[in-house]
Amino acid sequence: MRPVTYTAAADVAGAISAVAGNPDAAYLGGGTTLIDLMKIDVMAPAHLVDVTGIQSRDPRLARIDEMGDGRLRIGALVSNSDLAHHPAVRTRYPVLSEALLSGATVQLRNMATVAGNLLQRTRCYYFRDTASPCNKRQPGTGCSATGGYNRMHAVLGGSDQCIATNPSDMCVALSALDAVVRVRGPAGERTIALVDFHRVPGDSPEQDTVLEHGDFIVGVDIPALPFAARSHYLKIRDRSSYAFALASVAAALDIQDDVIRGARLALGGVGTKPWRAREAELILVGRPATVDTYREAATAALRDAVPQRHNAFKIELAKRTIVRALTTVGRMV
Amino acid sequence: MDDGDSPSEDLPPRRDDSAPDLGSPADTVDPAALYRGIELDRRTFIAASIAAGLPYVVRDHRKWASLAGAPATAEQFGDVVEGALVGPAAVPVELMINGASHRLRLEPRVTLLDALRDYAGLTGTKKGCDQGQCGACTVHIGGTRVLSCLTLAMSVRGRPITTVEGLARGTTLHPMQQAFVDHDAFQCGYCTPGQLMSAVALLHEPCGPSASDVRECMSGNICRCGAYPNIVAAVQDVRASHASTHTGPASAPASLRRS
Repeated sequence: MRPVTYTAAADVAGAISAVAGNPDAAYLGGGTTLIDLMKIDVMAPAHLVDVTGIQSRDPRLARIDEMGDGRLRIGALVSNSDLAHHPAVRTRYPVLSEALLSGATVQLRNMATVAGNLLQRTRCYYFRDTASPCNKRQPGTGCSATGGYNRMHAVLGGSDQCIATNPSDMCVALSALDAVVRVRGPAGERTIALVDFHRVPGDSPEQDTVLEHGDFIVGVDIPALPFAARSHYLKIRDRSSYAFALASVAAALDIQDDVIRGARLALGGVGTKPWRAREAELILVGRPATVDTYREAATAALRDAVPQRHNAFKIELAKRTIVRALTTVGRMV
Repeated sequence: MDDGDSPSEDLPPRRDDSAPDLGSPADTVDPAALYRGIELDRRTFIAASIAAGLPYVVRDHRKWASLAGAPATAEQFGDVVEGALVGPAAVPVELMINGASHRLRLEPRVTLLDALRDYAGLTGTKKGCDQGQCGACTVHIGGTRVLSCLTLAMSVRGRPITTVEGLARGTTLHPMQQAFVDHDAFQCGYCTPGQLMSAVALLHEPCGPSASDVRECMSGNICRCGAYPNIVAAVQDVRASHASTHTGPASAPASLRRS
């Protein structure tokens, strides 16, 4: 690893000024992405601002609060483990708990923070290999995946510059749940809908999110969504644990008298960002909760999919994953 | 990971640098000294035996450090001041490992894994992949299991760190260590320290009761030899003999907690 300087931030304002004023600085949270990528020289910040100690000064960053209006407010430094096992998450948003527990391992979930998970970098093997051209790692060098081995890559949201998938499970669930990211920057606090937080690569794949340098994620709010108690995350992967998704589905259904009154659907493992499937949701609402309806929705969700040489299987896999996830939710009492 | 070039002048020498000088008569003792609480580890034994041709060499790395150079004073190890920029050169850092204070000089880029092995002389924690995928480097921070290869030592200053060396009480093995022996839960043993740290943590985690639950909760620890069935058996044995350890975070008996 390259030499770095280090500051243990005392508070949020100090952290922001330390990073915003230094283009080579980065926030250090759980470290599961950043330290890993620094070791292989994919990321090379010269200065690390450790924010993990701030919670002693600002406990809200490490808390999960149920707000008066039904929102769930999650602090940026809450670990993936604590979030997954929180009673309110387990009962009100099981899709989120299941998504978190399907990702990584206990050790990594104990370390990984909510804010860090939002900023997780792709697992594209060319991105992680400094010997390969990669527009996301080094803009303008080209994409090794489009003409290379691309079995794990995206079929939705890609460009000729980049087809790397977003690897997060948590973000797929948050996307389905209409979560909102709370951000504080040098100019004050603002909110960003989760579905707008990540970018598709387009011509600037090096920018994973809409954040500006120095922006500090304060936390995530999930709106009250009563029917999310009837939700599920289904993840299909090459082995039964500790693997990234080939395809995954976050689904919630509001079913009354066998008719779908509300639906939330998002996909992971197939998109360049956590992929909210709004076309599919429009098909589901007002229709009978049957497998035929689910199949139609699945077809709509993958209508714009573009296969690469080695990942065409993901399109059919994603459709079947959608149908199975919706069927599971439809049978929940 | 490159740990840098030469230590600064007041830094106790690194183990690898220091081993060849161990052959002085003063460092040679009767093996019975082992039972008086003096450390003999495999690494020191091999290195020193090769260097000096002596059959038994014992040393305590802290004693050695104090002999080899002036240790930093307490004032120098106050702590990294919040908000202050430190590095990239080595700075004083105090780590609390297995209940003991270790005053080290570390560059900010040094991981906890490298700090444990190369600076504190605690080589029980193993370096496998060094990129967060194998679990060999698992340790506890405040009782929670984490990967020391992806943790900067700077970020756990002053927090209670438990390594595999901290599991046993004197010559009495932790029940999980004993269960690993009883169930032959290893072959080469390289992954075992990490397996043990995960297995001990699992006892007070919300892990379901079945063998498949255990496999899922242990999936972050890779065993190249494939001792998985025996590892699961060892974990289940300890859980069965300490009832209700799987029902919640606060339910582990005190005898099973080590941090």
